[in-house]
Amino acid sequence: MTTATLDVNQPATPPAFQHLSTGRRVKNGIATALVWLAFLVAVIPLVWVLVSVLARGAHMVANADWWQQSLGGLLGDDVGGGVYHAIYGSLVQSLMCAVIAVPIGLLVAIYLVEYGRGRLAKATTFMVDILSGVPSIVAALFIYAMWITTLGFNRSGFAVSLALVLLMLPVVVRSSEDMLRLVPDELREASYALGIPKWKTIVKIVIPTALSGILTGIMLALARVMGETAPVLVLVGYSGYINYDLFSGEMASLPLLMNSERVSNPSPIGTDRIWGAALTLVIIIALFNLAATLLSRLVAPKKK
Amino acid sequence: MAKRIDVKDLNIYYGKFHAVDGVTLSVPPRSVTAFIGPSGCGKSTVLRSLNRMHEVIPGARVEGDVLLDGQNIYASAVDPVQVRRTIGMVFQRPNPFPTMSIRDNVVAGLKLAGVRNKSQLDEVAERALRGANLWNEVKDRLNRPGGGLSGGQQQRLCIARAIAVRPDVLLMDEPCSALDPISTLAIEDLITELKKDYTIVIVTHNMQQAARVSDQTAFFNLAGVGQPGRLVEIDDTEKIFSNPTQKATEDYISGRFG
Repeated sequence: MTTATLDVNQPATPPAFQHLSTGRRVKNGIATALVWLAFLVAVIPLVWVLVSVLARGAHMVANADWWQQSLGGLLGDDVGGGVYHAIYGSLVQSLMCAVIAVPIGLLVAIYLVEYGRGRLAKATTFMVDILSGVPSIVAALFIYAMWITTLGFNRSGFAVSLALVLLMLPVVVRSSEDMLRLVPDELREASYALGIPKWKTIVKIVIPTALSGILTGIMLALARVMGETAPVLVLVGYSGYINYDLFSGEMASLPLLMNSERVSNPSPIGTDRIWGAALTLVIIIALFNLAATLLSRLVAPKKK
Repeated sequence: MAKRIDVKDLNIYYGKFHAVDGVTLSVPPRSVTAFIGPSGCGKSTVLRSLNRMHEVIPGARVEGDVLLDGQNIYASAVDPVQVRRTIGMVFQRPNPFPTMSIRDNVVAGLKLAGVRNKSQLDEVAERALRGANLWNEVKDRLNRPGGGLSGGQQQRLCIARAIAVRPDVLLMDEPCSALDPISTLAIEDLITELKKDYTIVIVTHNMQQAARVSDQTAFFNLAGVGQPGRLVEIDDTEKIFSNPTQKATEDYISGRFG
C-alpha cells in the first residue's frame, strides 16, 4: 500500500544527483595509489640515507673531541681526534663564497626586476640559466685554469671559494629575482607617489618586503655549496692539521676529508671517520636550513 | 598650500596606443573635482598624468602641458620626484607598506626623505592620522603593523600617509571602490574636510559619490573600443547632474548609457 503511494508520488524523471559511478571510483583509486607510490619512492631513499648516516656516524659525533680537535698527527688507525679542521674549512670557504656571491647576485636580481629592459636583460637571464647548468667540476676546472694556471696563484681555500661562487651565483640570482617579482607594483607606486626616488624605493620598500624570501634562498644556496666536492678535490690539498689561512696552504673541508680517508685509509677507523664527517655535514646543513626558516620568520612582514 | 591645476591639450599614449585625446581642463584650488565615465575612457590615465605617475609604466608618454600654479610639471628641467612630493596620490586598493608599523607608514614619506627628528615625526604622524580621522582608532597601537587594520582603516592610513608629506594637491583613484558603505562614508566625510586645505581630484565609478563630494565634475567617454578617451564636458557638479550640455553626459548619468 505504502509503496504504491510512493510510486505515484515519485517524479517521472530520475533524481538529479546519483551515486559515484564505478568507473570514476576505479580511476580515483588508481590515481590515489600512484600519488602514494610516488611519495614513497621519493621518501624511501631520503630516510634510508638519514638512517644509515645516523646509525654509523652517531658514535663519532657524540664525542666532544670530534668538534674540538683536528686529525693532525694521528695515523690512519689511531682512535680519537676530530674534524674541527674540516668544519672550519667548510664554513670559511662557503662563507667567503657567500660574501662574494650574495652582493653580486642580489644586484643582478635587482637589475633584472627593477631596471632590466630589452636585450641586455634577456642576455643576462640567459647567462644565468647557462651558469646554473654548469657542473661543479667544470666550474672547478675553470677556476683552476684562470686563477692558478693563468694568474699564477697557488691552490688554496680561496680558490675553492671562487669556484663555489660560480655555483652559488645563479641560485642567488634566481631566488632573489623571484622574491623581488612577488613584491606588488602597488607598493612601488605608493612609494613613488610619496615623492620617494626609485633607488630609495628599492632599498627601503621593495627589498625589506622581499627580505624574508631572499634570506631563505641565500641560506639554502649556502647549504648546497657547502657539500660540493669537485672544487675542493681540484683546487686545494688536504691536511689533517688546522689551517686558519684561507689564502694559502692546504685546507681540509668535510667533503675533502671524506674523500681523503676513503682513498688513503683502508682501516675501520677511516670508515668511522667518513661516516662521522658525513653526519657532521648533514647536521651543519640542517642547522643552516633551520636558521634560514627562523631568520625569514623574524624579518617577514607581520599582520598583527 | 593648495594650488590650481590647468591641463592644456593633453594627449596620453601607451607605446603606440593613443589612450587619451586632447584634454583641457582647470581645477581651482581648495575644491573637489570628480572624474566620471565608463571603464577604459582614460579618467584614471589622466589622473595619473597629473603627478607624472603615468610614466612609471614602460612605454607610456604624454604630450601637452599640465600647469601647477602656472608651472609646467612636464618641463624638461622638472624632477618627477619633486612633482610627486607636491601632488600626492591615493590608490584604488589600500596599499600600506607591509614591513612598517602604522606610525612608520604614516611618516614613510618624510622618513625616507631624510627627516630623523623623532618628536617631529611623532607630531606629523598624529596630525596626519587626525587629519585622516584614524587617530582615535589606532592611537593605542601605533607600533603594530599597518596590514592588521581593516580595509577602510588601511585606506584612511594611506590617506594619512599621503597628507603627511603636506602635498598641495591630492589625487584619488577610486579610493572607495574596495570599501564597504560605512568606510566609504568615512572617506567621503574626510574628503569634504580635506577640501579646506587641499586641491582634490577624485576618480570614481559611483555617480552618487561624485554628486555628494565634488564641486565640479568631468565626464570622460570613448567613441569605441581601441579609440582614445576624451573629455566630453566639465562643469559644476550641480549642472552636470541636473542639466548637462551634452547628450552623452545625460545618457550616462541617467543610466541610459551602453
